[in-house]
Amino acid sequence: MSEPSDSPRIGVDEWVASAEGRRERSLAGRAEALYERTPAAVKLLALVVPFAVFPQLVDSDYLMQVGVDTLVFVLLALGLNVAVGWVGLLDLGFVAFFGLGAYLYAAVASEYAGRSWDGMLAIPAIAISVAVAGFLVGLPSRRLVGDYLAIVTLFFLQLWLVVLINASFTRGPNGISDLYPLQLLGREVVSLEGYYYVALAFFVVIVSFLFLLNRSRTGRAWRALREDELAAELMTMPVNRLKLMAFAVGAGIAGVAGALYAPSQGAVFPANFDILVLITVYAMVVLGGAGSLLGVTVGAVLIMAVLETLRDPSDASWVFYGVVAIGLVALMRPRWLAPAVLAATVVFGMGVHELAERARPSLVEGTTVGTARIDELVDSWVLVPEGAVGPDGLPAGALARLAYLGLVASVLALTLVRDRWLRAGLMVPVLYLAACVWENVLLAQPAVARFVLIGALLVALMAFRPQGLLGRRRVEIV
Amino acid sequence: MSVTNGAPAPLLRLEGVNTYYGQMHILQDVDLEVGEGELVCLLGGNASGKSTTLKTILGVVPPRSGKVVLAGEDVTRYSTAKRIERGLAIVPENRRLFGPMTVLENLELGAYLRPRADLKEDLERVYEIFPHVAARRKQLAGTLSGGEQQMVAMGRALMARPKLLLMDEPSMGLAPILVERSFEIIKQVHSAGVALLVVEQNANVSLSIADRGYVLSTGRVVLEGRASELIRHEELRKAYLGR
Repeated sequence: MSEPSDSPRIGVDEWVASAEGRRERSLAGRAEALYERTPAAVKLLALVVPFAVFPQLVDSDYLMQVGVDTLVFVLLALGLNVAVGWVGLLDLGFVAFFGLGAYLYAAVASEYAGRSWDGMLAIPAIAISVAVAGFLVGLPSRRLVGDYLAIVTLFFLQLWLVVLINASFTRGPNGISDLYPLQLLGREVVSLEGYYYVALAFFVVIVSFLFLLNRSRTGRAWRALREDELAAELMTMPVNRLKLMAFAVGAGIAGVAGALYAPSQGAVFPANFDILVLITVYAMVVLGGAGSLLGVTVGAVLIMAVLETLRDPSDASWVFYGVVAIGLVALMRPRWLAPAVLAATVVFGMGVHELAERARPSLVEGTTVGTARIDELVDSWVLVPEGAVGPDGLPAGALARLAYLGLVASVLALTLVRDRWLRAGLMVPVLYLAACVWENVLLAQPAVARFVLIGALLVALMAFRPQGLLGRRRVEIV
Repeated sequence: MSVTNGAPAPLLRLEGVNTYYGQMHILQDVDLEVGEGELVCLLGGNASGKSTTLKTILGVVPPRSGKVVLAGEDVTRYSTAKRIERGLAIVPENRRLFGPMTVLENLELGAYLRPRADLKEDLERVYEIFPHVAARRKQLAGTLSGGEQQMVAMGRALMARPKLLLMDEPSMGLAPILVERSFEIIKQVHSAGVALLVVEQNANVSLSIADRGYVLSTGRVVLEGRASELIRHEELRKAYLGR
């Protein structure tokens, strides 16, 4: 029997030698190879350089403030990644440490407290104190796993918020608003740009520290713990001590984030450290890929960027229609189906609009609050009933609410339809309904709309890439 | 008792151990010994209590009565970690490797308590026994084949330089040729001076390399003795060897 020489021989397996040759030669395969080959220092540089040039590109205080907030949230995401990404502890109390750091800053550098510590003393002291607090919260929680840990830590967060809002020394919901600016070696940080660069410096230090930590024996043990706690224990790893360390390290980083956030805002309020912040940070970690430093950083920047873009209704419409179109093209097969569905939706909408105009003109006589070019186009396409937006700028009338509920219900129903062609057909009215809801309801309430959109973005990504943008897919041993 | 004068000093001794799962009485008055440098196999069919015995030795399930003695020290009330520090290591059933981590990382985690200075030497030793593992050290453990995972699991356990290595079903899921190979490896590890307690269903192969053996049935030790005698035992042959 003769076989070609390059086919595998019986009894000889050459996986290792031929591994590179087996990688898919697609764009994705090459990107993966490049990503894996790139040294960590280059990746760090690739992260820091865009951050460093950002202030040169913007000239508004508003964008500078967004930049500072973004870096603070990047630090938060990095801190949360320690417990959630590496050790796999579902810590829902994390934001309390952020708040603690900020309030501790208020306690050591404000007119109210009557102290003005230098940042070189205050920030390390805050980091250590908050890490100790993390350790103490971890103590009663360390034997809990999964859901139980989540409930207990959430309880700690609520406890903390209740104290913040009700205690007199925190000035309750009014917060503490006479913070001194951050001082570094006697020099005050006066501009937002200054805060930005200080935060960037802390980012570089913390991300390098975390990178080394991840490669150390402790970091390895953390990841092992996440995979299989019993096996880790059988390998003599001190499981409880490792969990406490993770709590403490994550909390310490959140403390630093808080200590930078407080002076950049000039004030601290309980509402800045509530569950909404927690959900945002979780979304960053999940979106970017839990466990990957680069991933959670990118995730944080993306979420911040989307949230800020959606704040302005005219930008928000571009994001909305863009995400819908790109999502359809990315997810629908065969490829011609998505453009066909979109075109059908446009025709369907024109038909509905025409019919409505003839039957009941009041259904199309309103105007949307959207100001973007696309909204003007859409105005003569979707149904905007007269008086859809009340004098207070909020959606009025039962019709809007019904449409919103109808949209949620029909999207859920759509996921149950198995037949591909039927689903594509049903998608046409649902998309039109979505556009109506967007123009009538969501645009008028950007605060709600942005979280709805972030949620939709996360759901779509999780369906498409469950490990997050840069996360590693877990290999289950069965 | 099978250990007479002149036998090696016992490294591990179970004395009248009774283990329960909740209200279920599993191990009943189990006595068992592994001497220094001895290779002992623990045989039995499904649900005979083999794995429970291992769990009792490790302290994952504490016994309700009886004693676990390790190198002369009563460890019955000790935690798993504390027992392991005293020279135990285990190759768990189903291997339980850390799937998303590389082979090298898995091995290094096995030596968690060992001084860092010895790491290189320990690694060399494992690579010498398993050259195949050395070739795969940068690969994710979860992407290895079953046989390779078994080798990594054994290597990981050996990284701790145990005095007594516990093995749960080392032949499970391996190709017949790899079963023989893995028992050769067990022999090799044994000849390096490590005592082994091997839990197996494959009585033939394990008895052929063991010094002594125990046979468990419904939670009791029903037979014990030298491996060379057990392998000729009529009932045992009928029950487990199928001939």
